[in-house]
Amino acid sequence: MRRLPFLLPLLLLAAMAVWICGLLLSGRDPHALPSALIDKPLPAFALAALPGRSDGVASTDFGGKPMLLNVFASWCVPCLTEHPVITKLGQEDGIPVLAINYKDNPADALAWLRRNGDPYLRIGADADGRTAINLGVYGVPETFVIDKAGRIRYRHPGPLTPDLVDTEIRPLLAELAK
Amino acid sequence: MIWRPALAALLLALALAAAAGAVEPEEQLADPALEARAREIGQELRCLVCQNQSIDDSDADLARDLRRIVRERLTAGDTDDQVMAFVTARYGDYVLLRPPLRAGTLALWFGPVVLLVAGIAAIMLRRRRRVAAEPFSAEEDRRLAQLLDHEKAP
Repeated sequence: MRRLPFLLPLLLLAAMAVWICGLLLSGRDPHALPSALIDKPLPAFALAALPGRSDGVASTDFGGKPMLLNVFASWCVPCLTEHPVITKLGQEDGIPVLAINYKDNPADALAWLRRNGDPYLRIGADADGRTAINLGVYGVPETFVIDKAGRIRYRHPGPLTPDLVDTEIRPLLAELAK
Repeated sequence: MIWRPALAALLLALALAAAAGAVEPEEQLADPALEARAREIGQELRCLVCQNQSIDDSDADLARDLRRIVRERLTAGDTDDQVMAFVTARYGDYVLLRPPLRAGTLALWFGPVVLLVAGIAAIMLRRRRRVAAEPFSAEEDRRLAQLLDHEKAP
């Protein structure tokens, strides 16, 4: 018992080491921030289409069934790595994926879509990035899950990975579709 | 001594330039009072891209957009608190470089003080216990004197 005061700091340090190792090995990005808009309705916005397209995207396009909102840009390298994952979700799972093209050159965005495939149901161009700021976006890519009622239920900052889709997005979509 | 006013002007210009951080001249408002308020707000808001700089100190695109929004809101007549609320509604409390005092942040604000007081209390308790140690008996006093004499002798 007399040794306890001397062992206590060592035990505390060991506990901290285990905890920090757990955090590091969990593969979570320590810089990822929670969204302030979770469970809140999607803020109102209406973005014009890219030139030569007739779609555009607006907050009123959401609702009725669970949908994804993906923020991307042709100049963003992680967007390219997540593109097959988004494409798979849209085509295999039949989830409507709507997109905001963030601060992009429209010609570059169209060429990027031609080159890498276009899984998006609708795309709106956010040239000045203001809509993205209203959504609390702080980098591209970001992906939101919007429920039937048009509320934001999930936000992932950074590229989607197949692992993340299996562990978080698919279960949430399945629950929201009920 | 013609160079003295010139040097003073240069130093003043440099001091002002340092205070401006990453705020570009074309972003600044014509009204100095509004610009001063914008600077004060800008120092309080975190740049979410770099995460350890204020938006006034950061060169990131998003920081520049947020500086512009702060100035637009101020020009539109918002109070400082309304501007802060506008940004926290979108980015959460994390955007504030000084966390607000809430139930969830009590440990953050008062944890260090509580630890300090607990440490001082622990040290004082130990001290008191040590003072309470028994004084030497007559026999011990005699032996101590003997030992000291012995040490002096050779």
